[in-house]
Order: sequence, then C-alpha cells, then structure tokens
Amino acid sequence: MGTATFLLLVIGLGLAWWLVARGRAWGFQRSNPGRRMAALPSQHGWFVAIWTVAPMLLVLAVWGSLAAPLVEQSVLQSPAAADLPAFGMQREAILGEARAVASGRADAVFQPTAGALVEPYRSAQLTANLVGFALLLIAGLIGGGLAFLRVKPDFRARSHVERFMMGVLLLASMVAILTTLGIFGSLVFETARFFGMVSPLDFLFGTQWNPDPMSNAATPDGSRYGAIPLFWGTIFIGAIIAMVVAIPLGLLSAIYLTQYAPPRLRSWVKPLLEMLAGVPTVVYGYFAALTVAPAIRDAALAMGMSNASSESALAAGLVMGVMIIPFVSSMADDSIAAVPQAMRDGSLALGATTNETIRKVLVPAALPGIVAGVMLAVSRAIGETMIVVMAASTAASLTANPLEAMTTVTVQIVALLTGEGSFDHPATLAAFALGFVLFLVTLALNFIALRVVKRFREAYE
Amino acid sequence: MSERSTPAKLAPTRTPAFEARLKKRYAAEMRFKYAGMSAVLVSVAVLLFLLVSMATDGIAGFQRAELRVPVDFSATSLSINPSLAENAQIRSLEGQGLPDIVAFAAQQALGEEAANELNSEAWRTVASAIAADPAVMSGKRDFWLPASEDLASALSGDGKAALQPLAQQLAANGKLDERFDPGFMLRSDATDPQLAGIWGALKGSILTMVVTLALAFPIGVLAALYLEEYAPKNRWTEIIEVSINNLAAVPSIIFGLLGLAVFLTLFPNFRSAPIIGGMTLALMTMPVIVISGRNAIKAVPPSIRDGALAIGASRIQVVFDHVLPLALPGILTGTIIGMARALGETAPLLLIGMRAFVSTPPGGFTDNATVLPMQIFLWSDEIDRGFVERTSAAIIVLLAFLLLMNGLAIYLRNRFEKRW
Repeated sequence: MGTATFLLLVIGLGLAWWLVARGRAWGFQRSNPGRRMAALPSQHGWFVAIWTVAPMLLVLAVWGSLAAPLVEQSVLQSPAAADLPAFGMQREAILGEARAVASGRADAVFQPTAGALVEPYRSAQLTANLVGFALLLIAGLIGGGLAFLRVKPDFRARSHVERFMMGVLLLASMVAILTTLGIFGSLVFETARFFGMVSPLDFLFGTQWNPDPMSNAATPDGSRYGAIPLFWGTIFIGAIIAMVVAIPLGLLSAIYLTQYAPPRLRSWVKPLLEMLAGVPTVVYGYFAALTVAPAIRDAALAMGMSNASSESALAAGLVMGVMIIPFVSSMADDSIAAVPQAMRDGSLALGATTNETIRKVLVPAALPGIVAGVMLAVSRAIGETMIVVMAASTAASLTANPLEAMTTVTVQIVALLTGEGSFDHPATLAAFALGFVLFLVTLALNFIALRVVKRFREAYE
Repeated sequence: MSERSTPAKLAPTRTPAFEARLKKRYAAEMRFKYAGMSAVLVSVAVLLFLLVSMATDGIAGFQRAELRVPVDFSATSLSINPSLAENAQIRSLEGQGLPDIVAFAAQQALGEEAANELNSEAWRTVASAIAADPAVMSGKRDFWLPASEDLASALSGDGKAALQPLAQQLAANGKLDERFDPGFMLRSDATDPQLAGIWGALKGSILTMVVTLALAFPIGVLAALYLEEYAPKNRWTEIIEVSINNLAAVPSIIFGLLGLAVFLTLFPNFRSAPIIGGMTLALMTMPVIVISGRNAIKAVPPSIRDGALAIGASRIQVVFDHVLPLALPGILTGTIIGMARALGETAPLLLIGMRAFVSTPPGGFTDNATVLPMQIFLWSDEIDRGFVERTSAAIIVLLAFLLLMNGLAIYLRNRFEKRW
C-alpha cells in the first residue's frame, strides 16, 4: 500500500461524491421541472468533489511528512534496534536496507542486523498505512458530507466552484514568484553566512582561489577565497572565446539565410542550425573533452608550444561558441526582420548593392537588437555548466593564454558542492556566493537586453 | 536632348574609374555572400561532424565482445521451478553450480587461457536463457557469452599487449566476435563496460520526467491562463510577469542550488530520488510552458470569447470550455519542447546529488536513481575504451529521444495549430 493507493482513494472518493451530488441535483430538477436551478447538476457535483478532495490532499500531505519519522521512531524503540551502532553512516545503511526489504524494493539483506529490523519495520509501516488510510477516508467523508448537505435547488454551486478555480489559478501563477523568492532567499541566506566567515572584499578582489574543504571551518583563511581568477576564466571562456566563434558565425548565417539564401535552402538549413541549440550540453561537453581538447593540445604541441593543457580554455570556449550560434543567429534574424522594409527598399533604389544595404542600412538599424541578442548569448554562456565542467579545468589561474587550463564560476560551484564538504564549511558556502554573483550578473544582462529590445521595437512601430 | 540619344554619351558617369569601382563593389558583394555561405556551412559541418563522430563510436557501443561457448547440459542435473520469479530462478541455478558448468564448458571449448577471459558474470546469460525456456537444459547448445573487459579491449586493438594474439586467434577461429548487444538497453550501470547498460538511467529519466510533467504542466497552463485571461493590470501581475521572464533566463545551475538549499533540506531522505530531481526540473520548465502557453492563448481570436460570453457563459466557462481547447495544441508544443530541454539537463541534477552509482533500475519515485545525461557524464569520466563507446551509444539513445520529442512537437504544430 503506497502513495498510489492513497491517491487512488482520493480520486475514487472524489468521483463517488461527484456522482452522488450530481445525482441529487438531477433529482431536484426532475421532482420540480418547472423551476430553474441556480446551478447545473454537474456544478453541484464539482462543488462536493472539491470539498472532498481538498481536505483529503491536506491530510495526505501532513500524514505523508509525518509517517516516515514516526515509523522510524517506533522501529528504533523495538528490541531488535538495541544492536544498532549509535550513529553514523553504518546506522543509516542498516536502517536503509531494512526499509528497502520491508517495502519490497530489495529481496534480501546483506547485514544480519538489518534482517532483525525488517519485521518491526514491516509492522510499523502497515500500522502507519492503515492509520493514514483511515484518516484519509474520514477527511473525505466529512468534507464531502458537509458539502453534500448544502446541495439545494437554490444553492449557487457555480459561483463557489468558480471562486475556487480563480483561487487555484492565482495560486499557480504565484509559484513563479515563490520560486524567484526561493532562489533569491536561499542564495542570499547562504551567501550571508559565507560573508560572515570570509570578508566580501577578499572574495571579490582576491586573486588566489584555492578553497580547502578539509581545513578547519572555525578559522577560514580569506586569502584562499579570491574569486577574481574565476570571474576572469568565466569571462574569457564565455564572453570572449565563445563570442569570437558565435558572433561572426551566427550573424553571417542569419544574414545569409534571410537576405541571400533561396527559400528552399533556408527551410532546410534553419532547423539544422536550431538543432545545434537542442543538443544537450552534456553531449557538447563530451565532444569538447574527448575530441576537441586533445586535438587542440596536439596541434599546439606540434607548433612547438610546450605548455598546452588538455583542459585548455580554448576547447571549452570553442565548443560553447558553437552551442551559442543559434541564439545569436535567431536574435539577429528577428532584429533584421524588424527593420522596416521601406529602409531596405530605399537603399536598394539608390543603387546600393545588397551587401552595402546590409552593412550600411540594415545592420546599423538592427544594431540594438543584435547587441541585445549578444548580451543574452553571453548570459547564457557564462551560466553554462556541463561543457566547462567536462572540458575546462578545476585549477584557477589568471592568464590570458587560451591554451592554458582555466576554471569558471560554474565549474567551481559543481566542484565545491559535489565534494565531501559539510554544509557549514566556507568552502561549501562559497558555492552559493558564486551562484549569487552568477544570478545577479545574468539577471542584469537579461534586464538590460530586454530593455534595449523593447526600445528598439518601439522605435520602428 | 539629342546628345542623350547618342550611345557613347548614354551614361556620362560610366567612366573607367566608375567601372573599376563597380567591379570592386560587385566583388565585395560576392565575397560577402560567400562569407555568409561559409558561415552556414561551418555551422552545419560542425553539427554533422558531432553527430557522425557520436554515431560511429556509438555503433560500437551497442556491441560487445562475446565468446562462443557450446554448453552441454546432458551431463548435468540442473532443475528449476518454473513458478518462481526470474530472479529467484537465476539464484537457484547459481546455487546448483551453473557458473562452474559454464566455466568448464568454456575450458573444453576454448582452452584454459581463453576460458579465464570469459566474463565472470557470463553464466547469467545462460541462466536467463534457461529461465526463459527450460527446454534448453535437455541438450547441447551454443551460447555467445560476454568476454572479460581485458579481452574486449584486446580485440579492439588496445589494452594488455599479452592478450592481443589470443584475441586475434580466437577471432580468426570464429570463437570471439563483436556482436550486437540488445542487453545494453535492458541492463543498468556496472563497473565493467561489458556488463553496463542504459535501462537504469533511462527509467530514472522517465520517472523524473513524469514528476516534472505532472508539476510543470498544470501549474504552467493555469498560470498562463490566469495571466492572459483574468489578471488585472496591477503591480502584482507585473511582479508575476517579471519573475516568470527572469526565471526563464536564470542559468539552470541556479535551480540546482535552489533544489539543494530548499528541497533537500525539506526532504533529506530523498537525495538522488526522481521526485526531487523532477521537482527541481519542474521549476525550470514551468516558465517555458507559461511563456509558450501565453502565446498560444493570445493567438485565440477574441471573437471566440465574445461569442461564448454573449450566450451567457461565465468567465470560467469561456476559458475552460472554449479558449483552452483551442490553445491546447500550441501549449502542448511548448510543453514538449520544454520537456525535451529538461530531459537533456544535467547541471541542476548534479548539484542535488543524482550522480550515484545505481546498479538496479529505480522501482519508484523515491528510490535512488540517475538519469540519462547524468549517466553520460559519469561514464565520460571512465578511461576505459569500452566506456567511451558505451558513452557514445548512450548519447545516441538520448539524442534519439530528443529527436522524437521535437518531431512530435513539430507534428503537433503542423497538424493541429490553427492560423486564424
């Protein structure tokens, strides 16, 4: 008996009440055919069903979060639990194994201590499920019953149901605000904790990045948390190398496809370019790490550069640039299309060639839109994670040589949070501070870009 | 006037200097055109190179090196109970000494040295065959059994040098071969590339996507309906709109930080479970669905709403009975595209810890699981040549799913979307 059974009970009881209430409303109508009811029978049905399902879901949520700790507590009080180690990984492992066997996910236990716990677990779980089932049933019957008593010929079921629907709609759109607040809140909270241990000045302006998750958390060494090399690496890979690839290729592709290419070619090539944006980043990362990075290192070694790294910034940047091409090209496409046809026709009528029209009229006129597109692309590139995690290095260095290993903000976030560090350690909290910086920078870039695009659109409307 | 009619003076501006300039301008025009064309070509070539290199490596990933071992069951006394589950049958066969029988058969057929290179789990293939059809036990039968990791890499020309002559000799005798391995789609992660499969990760992906869809679709559609149809023009609505647009632009890794700080603090027991991964991805997918949903709802002409209102429908009825069905194809297209993005997403799941080594497919939403892109990431860290091929094969599976979803979206758009 799992969550599925409970959900089935909720749906079944809701459906049953819906049918009963609708039947009763039909009954009113039939017994008094001359009189108009205040609401349709099915609306009465919905009214009762809502009052059945909503309390049941509430009970399910509360019970679902209470049941697991209660079960565990009752198991720990059973005599078999006396042999458990007092705390630590092994205790968790034994309990987890017993839980898995008791719920049928595993067939047998490996540790004998766990075997003794299977029976207590099973019986406690059964009790918990029965109690939960009973509570759920009571909630549904009382909720639905009270609502059913209100089903009368002149009861305005519809307005009740519709008010409820509006509440649900509003609630759904509030999820976005809650998510934004959740992101902001958790980032600010953890960042504040980090800045309580490490000075913000050290973090923002220090040039040595070398956090040690194993160091003593009580005496953090601020000089190890200088994030300048990370910011530089991020900008160098995401905003310089990637853009050197993506801007010319994306812009020229967009211009060629909109101004020169025959429609048939365009209809084939445009989806192909969009496929570049649909390839998962982990695939790009694999490609960068396995194909591009060794090729670049070999080429550099062949040209006599001895310090070429197999985790070079160039490999990650190049592949990221390829990923960004469709963003740049579709933004450029949109903004060139937004330039009024009259400007293009005027230029051509004066005898300019297509090329001159594009370079001297269309691109300058579309420039705000193109710049905004590039800003969006940059914000996308600096937040990109998998390519750099797989192809760039974790060692921070402050250099302008694209063949050397470099690290980025996102690489460090992943490295710090997938390690063994505890949640109270500045090395772990530093990841949130880095995330906060990333969040603010991408938001600023997007905000400015959208403003620019809006201005630009208005200028031609 | 008469001067103009003479051909020599038809165009007094066409001086030699002008002609030269014109030629230059046309040359520039051609150069520009070719630059544009080569930009397109380069982009497409990179895409094709990527796909082709994945495909060539990946095809090898769907194969594995197998040894041909004839097993004679007539001298053995194996018995199985067909009423048991397959796992129990296999365990009972193991207890009856099937691994030794297989090892002995391999020694007889291949010789001592080659039999040592039979995969230690090879007997499971035999056991599954017996469980599927007990009649196998009544006679002699040829099995293709997985070779060891070392022999497999020797066959493809690297790995231990000492094994390469043996591999070549066995291959020449037709006893060792790269064979198509359907089990790749059915098994789960393993430390041995010969035994690794994709099903565990695929099932994890499916479970995660179910959670994502179940949360993001209703919330996204309802939010889109509210914003487009009911929301009053006030500060609250503006805040909602701004936060949705911002969420669509936030890097995915930030959602991972949110999941780590909020969801894993609330539900510490479900670390690396599809339900937490699905919730995190749902927050990421929801804005995409809202934005595409609003566009689809906006495209429904006002006359539909006016007509319904005019015959007495309430505002809820107008939207749910008339606007929503008409906007649904557009909403579904956006949803599928958002889901495809969520399916390929790795970074947020990396932060919330869905990177465990999961050797059994997850049974439910709260079991330990990994997802397809994460499996690619984990395998890509392995140095073994066998895993390189398996990784490419996993990428092919992932790309095939994405292509399928995008194709479905395009089909829906072309088939059902109305132009008003």
